[in-house]
Amino acid sequence: MPGKLKVKIVAGRHLPVMDRASDLTDAFVEVKFGNTTFKTDVYLKSLNPQWNSEWFKFEVDDEDLQDEPLQITVLDHDTYSANDAIGKVYIDIDPLLYSEAATVISGWFPIYDTIHGIRGEINVVVKVDLFNDLNRFRQSSCGVKFFCTTSIPKCYRAVIIHGFVEELVVNEDPEYQWIDRIRTPRASNEARQRLISLMSGELQRKIGLKVLEMRGNAVVGYLQCFDLEGESGLVVRAIGTACTLDKLSSPAAFLPACNSPSKDMKESPLVHPPSHGCRSTHNSPIHTATGSRLTQNFSVSVPTLIYTGMGSGSAGKEGGPFKALLRQQTQSALEQREFPFFTLTAFPPGFLVHVGGVVSARSVKLLDRIHNPDEPETRDAWWAEIRQEIKSHAKALGCHAVVGYSESTSICEEVCILSASGTAAVLNPRFLQDGTVESCLEQRLEENLPAGCGFCHIPYDELNMPFPAHLTYCYNCRKQKVPDVLFTTIDLPIDATVIGKGCLIQARLCRLKKKAQAEANATAISNLLPFMEYEVHTQLMNKLKLKGMNALFGLRIQITVGENMLMGLASATGVYLAALPLPGGIQIAGKTPNDGSYEQHVSHMQKKINDTIAKNKELYEINPPEISEEIIGSPIPEPRQRSRLLRSQSESSDEVTELDLSHGKKDAFVLEIDDTDAMEDVHSLLTDVPPPSGFYSCNTEIMPGINNWTSEIQMFTSVRVIRLSSLNLTNQALNKNFNDLCENLLKSLYFKLRSMIPCCLCHVNFTVSLPEDELIQVTVTAVAITFDKNQALQTTKTQVEKSLQRASTDNEELLQFPLELCSDSLPSHPFPPAKEHLESASSNSGIPAAQRATSVDYSSFADRCSSWIELIKLKAQTIRRGSIKTTVTVEKASPMNEGNFRNRSAPPCANSTVGVVKMTPLSFIPGAKITKYLGIINMFFIRETTSLREEGGVSGFLHAFVAEVFAMVRAHVAALGGNAVVSYIMKQCVFMENPNKNQAQCLINVSGDAVVFVHESELEVVSSQPPTANCQSSCPGGDVTT
Amino acid sequence: MTNELDIFVGNTTLIDEDVYRLWLDGYSVNDAVALRVRSGILEQTGATAAVLQSDTMDHYRTFHMLERLLHAPPKLLHQLIFQIPPSRQALLIERYYAFDEAFVREVLGKKLSKGTKKDLDDISTKTGITLKSCRRQFDNFKRVFKVVEEMRGSLVDNIQQHFLLSDRLARDYAAIVFFANNRFETGKKKLQYLSFGDFAFCAELMIQNWTLGAVDSQVDDMDVDLDKEFLQDLKELKVLVADKDLLDLHKSLVCTALRGKLGVFSEMEANFKNLSRGLVNVAAKLTHNKDVRDLFVDLVEKFVEPCRSDHWPLNDVRLFLNQYSASVHSLDGFRHQALWDRYMGTLRGCLLRLYHD
Repeated sequence: MPGKLKVKIVAGRHLPVMDRASDLTDAFVEVKFGNTTFKTDVYLKSLNPQWNSEWFKFEVDDEDLQDEPLQITVLDHDTYSANDAIGKVYIDIDPLLYSEAATVISGWFPIYDTIHGIRGEINVVVKVDLFNDLNRFRQSSCGVKFFCTTSIPKCYRAVIIHGFVEELVVNEDPEYQWIDRIRTPRASNEARQRLISLMSGELQRKIGLKVLEMRGNAVVGYLQCFDLEGESGLVVRAIGTACTLDKLSSPAAFLPACNSPSKDMKESPLVHPPSHGCRSTHNSPIHTATGSRLTQNFSVSVPTLIYTGMGSGSAGKEGGPFKALLRQQTQSALEQREFPFFTLTAFPPGFLVHVGGVVSARSVKLLDRIHNPDEPETRDAWWAEIRQEIKSHAKALGCHAVVGYSESTSICEEVCILSASGTAAVLNPRFLQDGTVESCLEQRLEENLPAGCGFCHIPYDELNMPFPAHLTYCYNCRKQKVPDVLFTTIDLPIDATVIGKGCLIQARLCRLKKKAQAEANATAISNLLPFMEYEVHTQLMNKLKLKGMNALFGLRIQITVGENMLMGLASATGVYLAALPLPGGIQIAGKTPNDGSYEQHVSHMQKKINDTIAKNKELYEINPPEISEEIIGSPIPEPRQRSRLLRSQSESSDEVTELDLSHGKKDAFVLEIDDTDAMEDVHSLLTDVPPPSGFYSCNTEIMPGINNWTSEIQMFTSVRVIRLSSLNLTNQALNKNFNDLCENLLKSLYFKLRSMIPCCLCHVNFTVSLPEDELIQVTVTAVAITFDKNQALQTTKTQVEKSLQRASTDNEELLQFPLELCSDSLPSHPFPPAKEHLESASSNSGIPAAQRATSVDYSSFADRCSSWIELIKLKAQTIRRGSIKTTVTVEKASPMNEGNFRNRSAPPCANSTVGVVKMTPLSFIPGAKITKYLGIINMFFIRETTSLREEGGVSGFLHAFVAEVFAMVRAHVAALGGNAVVSYIMKQCVFMENPNKNQAQCLINVSGDAVVFVHESELEVVSSQPPTANCQSSCPGGDVTT
Repeated sequence: MTNELDIFVGNTTLIDEDVYRLWLDGYSVNDAVALRVRSGILEQTGATAAVLQSDTMDHYRTFHMLERLLHAPPKLLHQLIFQIPPSRQALLIERYYAFDEAFVREVLGKKLSKGTKKDLDDISTKTGITLKSCRRQFDNFKRVFKVVEEMRGSLVDNIQQHFLLSDRLARDYAAIVFFANNRFETGKKKLQYLSFGDFAFCAELMIQNWTLGAVDSQVDDMDVDLDKEFLQDLKELKVLVADKDLLDLHKSLVCTALRGKLGVFSEMEANFKNLSRGLVNVAAKLTHNKDVRDLFVDLVEKFVEPCRSDHWPLNDVRLFLNQYSASVHSLDGFRHQALWDRYMGTLRGCLLRLYHD
């Protein structure tokens, strides 16, 4: 019985009038935890009752403390009939369970009713007395800290990063229980809210247990989602990265947190080899029984694509000693783990060695075929299968870990698409605990590697790539090979050298699908998926080139399934990495060469495209430094390399070189506009309007090239639903509608936020859903941050200069490099054994420097798709996507959709004015320092109305609801003593309407980390004072503008 | 393709001042969009009409939701749903309670009842202010009136406390409440030349000197109702014109003092008795509610118009009134000096303000 929960109900205000006769209310409060309920006295005839209750004490297990929410119900006393409920407040007491977080929850919480929304506020004080429990077999995991932030939280140091934790719980959805037929909508909504709250508590506790088992003390990058499967149940699942974190005692140790989170880290964490192999067995969701179950289920897997930007490759262990070494070490640490996945997207410096590319998998499942829907086994098996897939993709890229990992689902009726994606990566073995001699050597190598480009170097072995990739020497260090394009799901590493600014790049796609049932439906979807993946990728690649950029970060691809269509939406932030070659242009080719006017048209288009590229380069300030002779002066022993090349290559190697050259001269990404489809594509390429001047946008944490953020931030959510005219929908019309929807939405955002110029929309997060046949819903959450233009420009300049300097220094150093290493790692050079793609590899070394800089390197892209893709190519227009590999499941997932739940409501500071609470999807607050993490916020709300018109129609209804959700989040944070929510995310916004019945319903799930921050300016003033001391006082004080 | 649903919600509620003004002015969304287009905003920002439409709708929705809170401004400060910086809250409130001169002149002194509300149609047509805006302004007057009507303490303070208005606006509302409560006639044709500011100025003086609150700050309605006892006592002033000796003496004192100082001396001399009778009779009549209501009509008829027809310069009016009030102190037979000062002090201020073209 290790805990005592104490609750005091102080007062209420702004209560609704419940008694028409007197225009007043006789309110009292029920406080419920677990199965125990207390009541306050009835406070007669007041809209602002002062209960000032005694302390209600609940003596409970810590297991319950973790699972159960505190439930506060405000009622109107009625002598003659049943008491009327005014509304409820759910308080998650988890933040009180670990020592460093909040010690008390106290404040005004909005009283929420699922039918009427917020109806007044209630002031509550909650405390917990925990008794230490040394029981080894305990079921609770009190004390494990949870963070939504996908980097190491600011005031902590990562001692060890243990790795992947996941859990999934299933329950019957109250909305689908028989009892739902006879109970009121309110009762049903409340049952759902309560259940999800309970389930997420349980889930968090179970994940905590796993973390304790791994000897960690925290979960970072905690991502919890719910799946409303309908008849088959309600699933709450979560993934995260287990860590051992140390609180940094002196806050002065960190740098101001403007940039990336990991900057603060003094030390890099260790990748911790699991000390007991058996510990990891809890990860295994596959039970012996599942095999058979699985086969009973219908499931379709779709061929998987692996995008590696360009490269891609096989795992070969036969790379140079350098790589082998690296591999062995990392392997020893990671391979014992079932899933070497990390949900982090930003890392301490040095942690990430190489990035292979995006790996993803999708799988289509039928929910009505789950045999034991109330048990989690089947879903566990599904996810295990997908994760296995991801793992093997990563291996194929020569990587042993996956970072920036996320999972999502899309459900329509009984069909469910499960998706997972991440970035294959090699993590630094130097941080292994058992590092010995080799690691010393490693370290030396490491130090010689320029920081700004190391992660771009291919982790796989050039000799053994299963796919053709176009490799060149790194434009930064000239020592290692890099792909010509790099796609990742992570944030831009802070030490990466970027030229110019980045921008948001989106690929949007719709595909009609016949309505079908069960297997037929699943099969249809599975057949469509690869085409969609392929086209999304084509669009991304085209748009990237059109922007004159060569890398994508934060890539999220969301595939949404509806009754009669599939939607694909990919968002990423394009940048120009100095280490990667200049992207080639886009060349348009007509298929009917002898038609004069047609030719003219083509050349007109070509000109337009070229103009756009040039304009974009200017807009995003992409001026790669001219690579001077001196810098290029190749330190690579050419003859040697060449000979090695010849040796290692097949007899065709000469041809290859020639082919390459010719492609190099073409210097283009060829678009064949041989049909209307392709024309459409070209058009859509050109119709994407750049943001108005003064605006930038990205979907990563920070915008490359902008450093001087001011503290003015504005987080917002925007939702749009369009109704398609149902007549003769074609794919083209659909695409256009969808494209317009997204573009118009962006335009509206730019217009609304124009007063913040110069400003950047960061962490722009689009979610698409198909609530009904002809409805498309897009939800966007992002934060607009104003920056100081002049200073930002300066910084960019110096950065470029720095990188130039660095490059030249590196070259000097290069000569001192141990020769064997050098030759071994570099020469493994290009030519992939896959012979049908001979053209792809090019050897740079033989080409005069100047020429290389201008043409060859950027060349080429003929299509390098594997044969599978070539089939598709016949249908679609063309070219080079990353490489593709046919396998079993499916592909990349969009990270976004996740559902979480839990209810909470929250209150602001008790006194007269309401304290300001900032909200941001970023992990930091510009111009301020986070001094304390108060706990995770994870709230789930349902709102329903039967008087839709009276509430202002669907827009009025949803507008009010979203505002209420924000209010409840802020109130909860304020009650914890915080003044901001970071890493805020709206994981789900499910909207359903029935205008004929004047009804609508919406479910929203949000989460984030409640924190206390102090403005840097204030910090200087009180620097001698430990910030933790002033946190309570600073929160209301830390007020924030706009 | 139609936008079925389209919302934007910021953690900090976005308030566009221009749109707020259009909303307050009672324009429909479409009219507001048209007006915004005309303002040239599309060219400035490169936005499309559709963007403007969506933006305007959003703001209108927000304002609509805020309106409930604006009815009780302290609620706006304490509510949790909209996070609005204090300066913006103040702006929202101030603008919401601001009113049009043209409108207030129509309603000033009228009973804030349903009957008047029905006339808003006509007022709207007459003033060119949208009916919606008229309604808002009328409801504001009425709401403020209802809240502070029965309250003790300073009228301006009460308004400020319950509606969080700026000092200036609170004073204006005090005047509106005061006029509505006493039903002063302001709509007569001969009063048309007066602005709301003129009346508000008079109201303030009257509140300060003629209400219950002027003598006792602990009474209910202290600033709203005139001090009945005082009005009753004013009858005593009648002696100043009824007693011929007193009137002559008064006149000679004034004339002696002003001789050579007044450009319109002869006109003054000729009119003295009329003017004095007018002013004193106004005082003596104030016991009847009907005559209280006509206070301003009487002042204009009995004093402003005669002077104006003789082309008295304002400065002469000032000199005259000063001397006229002060000379009474030298009338030995007159025993109501304090009463006279309480009456004339205020009246002098009012008359000077009312005296213009």
